[in-house]
Amino acid sequence: MSSTVLITILSLSILGLIAALILYFVAQKFKVFEDPKINEVEVALPAANCGGCGFPGCRNFAEALVKAENFDGLYCPVGGADTMANVAQILGKTAPEVEPRVAVVRCNGTPEFRARTSIYEGAPNCTIVHNLYSGETNCAYGCLGLGECVDACEFDAMYMDKVTDLPVIIDDKCVACGACVRACPKDIIELRKKAKRDRQIHVACVNKDKGGPAVKACKVACIGCGKCEEVCNFEAITIENNLAFIDSDKCTLCRKCVVVCPTNAIHEINFPPRKPKVEIKPQNAEA
Amino acid sequence: MLKTFPKGGVHPSENKITAGTAIEVLPLPKQVIIPLSQHIGAPAKPVVAKGDKVKTGQVIASSQGFVSANIHSSVSGKVLKIDKAINSSGYKQVSVIINVEDDEWLDTIDRTGKLKTEIVLTGEEIVKKCAENGIVGMGGATFPTHIKLTVPPGKKCDVLIINGVECEPYLTSDHRIMIEKGREMLTGTRILMKALGVSKGMIGIESNKPDAIAHLNSIASGFEGITVHPLKVKYPQGGEKQLIKALTNREVPSGKLPVDVGAVVHNVGTAYAVYEAVQLNKPLIERVVTVTGKDIEKPGNMLVRIGTPLRSVVDAAGGVPENTGKIVNGGPMMGKAINSLDVPVTKGTSGVILFSVDESKRKATNPCIRCGKCVSVCPLGLEPYLLMTLTEKEFYDRVEKEKVMDCIECGSCSYICPADRPLLDYIRLGKSETGKRIRERKQK
Repeated sequence: MSSTVLITILSLSILGLIAALILYFVAQKFKVFEDPKINEVEVALPAANCGGCGFPGCRNFAEALVKAENFDGLYCPVGGADTMANVAQILGKTAPEVEPRVAVVRCNGTPEFRARTSIYEGAPNCTIVHNLYSGETNCAYGCLGLGECVDACEFDAMYMDKVTDLPVIIDDKCVACGACVRACPKDIIELRKKAKRDRQIHVACVNKDKGGPAVKACKVACIGCGKCEEVCNFEAITIENNLAFIDSDKCTLCRKCVVVCPTNAIHEINFPPRKPKVEIKPQNAEA
Repeated sequence: MLKTFPKGGVHPSENKITAGTAIEVLPLPKQVIIPLSQHIGAPAKPVVAKGDKVKTGQVIASSQGFVSANIHSSVSGKVLKIDKAINSSGYKQVSVIINVEDDEWLDTIDRTGKLKTEIVLTGEEIVKKCAENGIVGMGGATFPTHIKLTVPPGKKCDVLIINGVECEPYLTSDHRIMIEKGREMLTGTRILMKALGVSKGMIGIESNKPDAIAHLNSIASGFEGITVHPLKVKYPQGGEKQLIKALTNREVPSGKLPVDVGAVVHNVGTAYAVYEAVQLNKPLIERVVTVTGKDIEKPGNMLVRIGTPLRSVVDAAGGVPENTGKIVNGGPMMGKAINSLDVPVTKGTSGVILFSVDESKRKATNPCIRCGKCVSVCPLGLEPYLLMTLTEKEFYDRVEKEKVMDCIECGSCSYICPADRPLLDYIRLGKSETGKRIRERKQK
């Protein structure tokens, strides 16, 4: 009786030993070296897996960071400067300073300004409409209003305004990952430099048609008249294909262009209200 | 038992209102808008300038690159400008806009109206003539004909199929050409056969056009090698691959061309255009357009100059009825709704259909009930419900594996779906995204 127990224990122990030996050698043979820093860096990243850095997920970005010699072109828009400083500390490198950015919708074609000329009843997907035809209005460049950008946003930083039929970006929540920029088939959303107090001046239009047809399709379209380009003292505005563009790196937020725009296509956001002009004029006259 | 393709297919109501209406010549418009891209491939390059006087039939834009086609002036007059004008999808496209003055044709074009059945040109000369005269496929895809006539080296073609199926409901332009221009069309078929070097020409016609079948049968004996084949009515029999399968029982493999199974398919309208180009030296400057709809006053088939605004065509048919909800350019199954009547007639415009508000209403989408009807009607044996879901979820690798590129966009799945799901809408998106991916991969 006792011998049976003994044989069982012995045979199982020997089997276990053999298996352990095989496993040991196999583990040695197929050992994969992984930099332990990858894990450390990954923990320091926000784990949003949004793809804003250009990599499929945070893990891939961590691998790239560990491998890279310097951080050129590597930046986590979600974590921002703090996260990059943490990562730099772990890896013993220095993080370059990258200006924070924010997404901006470059279309102001609300139903009030841009009349509907057809009704789309098909699948509610911007890319499908874009491939099919120019959209429900006569502006072939403007927002289609089906919210593919909102669906793409992982940070709840966007919503569709039901009155204007346009997407709205919540500046505080936007991390400039660029998912909406990639989702939009009309290339309306742009990442721009985030200025003090979230102030923003941009051309809220992407219509490349000549002035006449553009303003016919939408009352607040950029007609490419060039008045803003003339008035700008900092060479921040360029006009190409009948469309003005304000370079956010050069713009000093002086707001001169906003006033001269004949179609109100240039928007100022988060500025304090202007002093009424009527008060200034008499002062000037007296002087 | 009549022949047809074995897999899938649907039976939409035919509504061939204009089948008995003779082709009528539309009076010249005041202005024509001729887009420079009326074919698949590279847009043509303009060879006229603003202010130039042009004659009817004169080349105004020459083909660029391998897949491209010449564009000719369809009227005589003065070039107003070369500018962007909206096309049928509402986007702006470079077009030549000509103000019409008189109707002065080039002297080289034979306008005597005599039937010329004797073919004097050699195969190569025929291909050259087609290229010069800007002939493209008139069935709707507008693929340049001269390329289709050049059999790639190493491949052999033994049969020419002429597509007289016209399986789209409402449309009757091909039907009228077969009846009114039968001899010319058959001569065109002989010309195409000579260019391809084949001795067999098959004309496939659905049995809902008995008058066309009888007429062509009675005159086909005068044309060597051409036979007329009545086919069972089933949509989409006019699809190239479906027609080849129905007539010759050969199946074009996935990702291959008809010429890989020894067949080349041309449309009836193309055969007629080839006759005019080769025998009369007349470029492709006009085509037959069906204007129809249940409430339209005078539906009919009209011979329209390319570039004529659709508004003139619809006006000639009695104007837009009050209860119109949708205007479709092309057939009701594969055509596209347009948002303006200022769009010009192009080489691929086979018809304009005006639907009432009730007819055009799209029903609300419901969840998929897994009935599998879309799978059973797909003529390519694809799984539309799956392709749609995969596209929605952006699983493009799997979309490609499920052979989305084989889809011919016939719309049978959307037509049959009891839950009114926008199957084709999503499949088209999947197809365009997959196409993009394949092109990117090839570039690397």
